[in-house]
Amino acid sequence: MLTSEMIETVDTIINEHDNNQSSIISILQGIQREYRYLPEEALNYVSDRMDISSSKIYGIATFYENFSLEPKGKHIIKICDGTACHIRKSQPILDALRKELSLSEDRITTDDLLITVEMVSCLGACSLAPVVNVDGVVYAKMTPSKTQALVRKIKEGQLSEDN
Amino acid sequence: MGTMIIDNKKVEFSNEKNVLEVIRKTGIDLPTFCYYSELSIYGACRMCIVEDKWGNIFTSCSQLPKDGMSISTQTPKLRRYRKNILELLLSSHDRDCTSCNITGRCDLQKLARRFGIEEIRFGELDKKLPIDDSSHSIVRNPNKCIYCGDCVRVCEEVQGVGALSFTHRGSDLRISPAFNKGIGEVNCVDCGQCRTSCPTGAITVKDDREDFWEVIWDKNKRVVAQIAPAVRVALGERFGMEAGEVTIGKIVASLKKVGVNEVYDTAFAADMTVMEESEEFVQRLTSEENLPLFTSCCPGWVKFAENRYPELENNISSCKSPQQMFGAVVKEYYKEKDKEDGKETVMVSVMPCTAKKAEAAREEFEVDGVRDVDIVITTNELARIIKEMGIVFDELEDESLDMPFGLASGAGIIFGATGGVTEAVVTRLLKDKPDHTEKQVIFKNVRGMDNIKESIFTVDGREVKVAIVHGLKNADDLIKMIKSGERYYDFIEVMACPGGCVSGGGQPSPVDTELRKERAKGLYKIDRTSFIKSSDKNPIVSKIFEDMLKDKKHLIHVHKK
Ligand code: SF4
Ligand code: SF4
Ligand code: FES
Repeated sequence: MLTSEMIETVDTIINEHDNNQSSIISILQGIQREYRYLPEEALNYVSDRMDISSSKIYGIATFYENFSLEPKGKHIIKICDGTACHIRKSQPILDALRKELSLSEDRITTDDLLITVEMVSCLGACSLAPVVNVDGVVYAKMTPSKTQALVRKIKEGQLSEDN
Repeated sequence: MGTMIIDNKKVEFSNEKNVLEVIRKTGIDLPTFCYYSELSIYGACRMCIVEDKWGNIFTSCSQLPKDGMSISTQTPKLRRYRKNILELLLSSHDRDCTSCNITGRCDLQKLARRFGIEEIRFGELDKKLPIDDSSHSIVRNPNKCIYCGDCVRVCEEVQGVGALSFTHRGSDLRISPAFNKGIGEVNCVDCGQCRTSCPTGAITVKDDREDFWEVIWDKNKRVVAQIAPAVRVALGERFGMEAGEVTIGKIVASLKKVGVNEVYDTAFAADMTVMEESEEFVQRLTSEENLPLFTSCCPGWVKFAENRYPELENNISSCKSPQQMFGAVVKEYYKEKDKEDGKETVMVSVMPCTAKKAEAAREEFEVDGVRDVDIVITTNELARIIKEMGIVFDELEDESLDMPFGLASGAGIIFGATGGVTEAVVTRLLKDKPDHTEKQVIFKNVRGMDNIKESIFTVDGREVKVAIVHGLKNADDLIKMIKSGERYYDFIEVMACPGGCVSGGGQPSPVDTELRKERAKGLYKIDRTSFIKSSDKNPIVSKIFEDMLKDKKHLIHVHKK
């Protein structure tokens, strides 16, 4: 549902970019920053206001990894599966996390929208492999149990204070 | 201006926009998948490659001709490259050619044969994407897509709709409507122009032939067909005839052979539309309300307006389109007779148009539980029905349309070409009916293929400003100009397809401006030779208005639910 709050928020973002069609990527980034994903209603509204077809906007949103069309969790855990991390057993970390949070390859966010678990390719910290990135902070030389401990901290609401 | 050397021959060029056009001018049919002269250049398929004298290979569609340029179109290297490209395209393409809806008309299939691809060295993809049959007009099978982007560009550049785009990337690349929805669930207006430009079976017309056969075999059904004007000037192309050749007599003969009971002319209902719409127009001119009046006969345009300019609702004529008027009148006409004979009348329309399928299915086109139109088949579907029956079309003896609804004026016939509706309505309103020579002068600005046409007529001493657009992008541009106050009109004719119904999504393809002109010429030829010049001179139309519709005008107007 397109609410009046959403219209206001999206209008502000569009106006910041002077309703300029070539700024569409920045506008989408702005929307994602606001909602942590790209809500369909918001994109349809952008399409109407900026005279860009919604299929084209969808094309842009699906082209870039960083855009998400699904609501994401408050905390995002990225598990690196680059070559170094893979060899040093990143897969068991992922399996353990998914099991703990009842997630899968297709279901990456918990129902309470608290945590999203993503497998990503090289995070560029190979010497620390296997690495896990939680809300932008890198955790080195991880194991399944260390990661599970992190998750418990998130659930208890302690992680944000640590940062 | 300049001279090029193509395959060792000197060739002059002037304003050709790329090397490809110059090559084609010399009579060489260079293969292409992604080039249409009317669309922007995309340069993705690489079939149009040529080699210069230093052995460099480049795509001729995306290169300007230069004086002194020397190229070859056939070399061992080019042949190898083209074969490779085709093999790669085929490697990820669905391989069920025999059961494909467009087999025999597929460009990919044609080029694979032309370049002698007898074997595909690469394995088949095992991942099958779901088929999208959410629409009344078109079906999308992504497993047959070669990503030429033609559909994306037609929909965006010609129709201004943008229902389809490239989405995702890498090996997940896809052509898709927004949010991966079905094409029937988004802003698609069913025009079928993406179908006519798709080189493969990735976009096909929804096939309604089975429904047709079912009613044909059912003895309790009275099958009544209506034939739209544009069908008769294009169907022949599927049987080796020239574009614009009028085949109405053979169409009647084939439908009779197939088992249709009565064959009528949609142009009859076009005459009715002219009468009703002119009356509406005169009323609006008098009351100065809801002007400009937009025509309502094109369902692609109607849906486009609903999507993008809902505020224009009251400006669009409330008259049903000829197809729907016809259905409503035929159903009313046979009502009593059906009861007596214990039969049910089924209205089948043969249309150049894919949007007519969606129009017939709209919920408001039903009177007391009876649908106006039951089955819509396109020109191409009719061609296949005729072929399936083994009828030798070009050798058929002509038969005439049935009465009473087979009688139409020339004005009703030219509905099939852009400008036709305007010409018919204005002719109806002029007190002194122009003859054909006069018409050519009066309607000079109304006929032809210009994007936006304008004219001024004097009706009952009042000056009437008229505009005609075809192609929805042009309509969109025009509406924007009206909204900004830059232009003013009283009457606007909009046809979604470039050239009007003659190049509808159900017509044989590919289509270009020349072909559109040929088909339109066929319609004007019928008009020239028809003995009823103006819709108000059609005696049966007058009678229907006096009798059947006397207090049942609601049958021929749209009542939105
Ligand atoms: S049918 Fe017309 S509007 Fe729909 S996707 Fe095709 S070109 Fe676009
Ligand atoms: S659907 Fe057809 S026209 Fe569109 S990209 Fe695929 S092959 Fe080309
Ligand atoms: S026609 Fe030139 S690349 Fe497709």
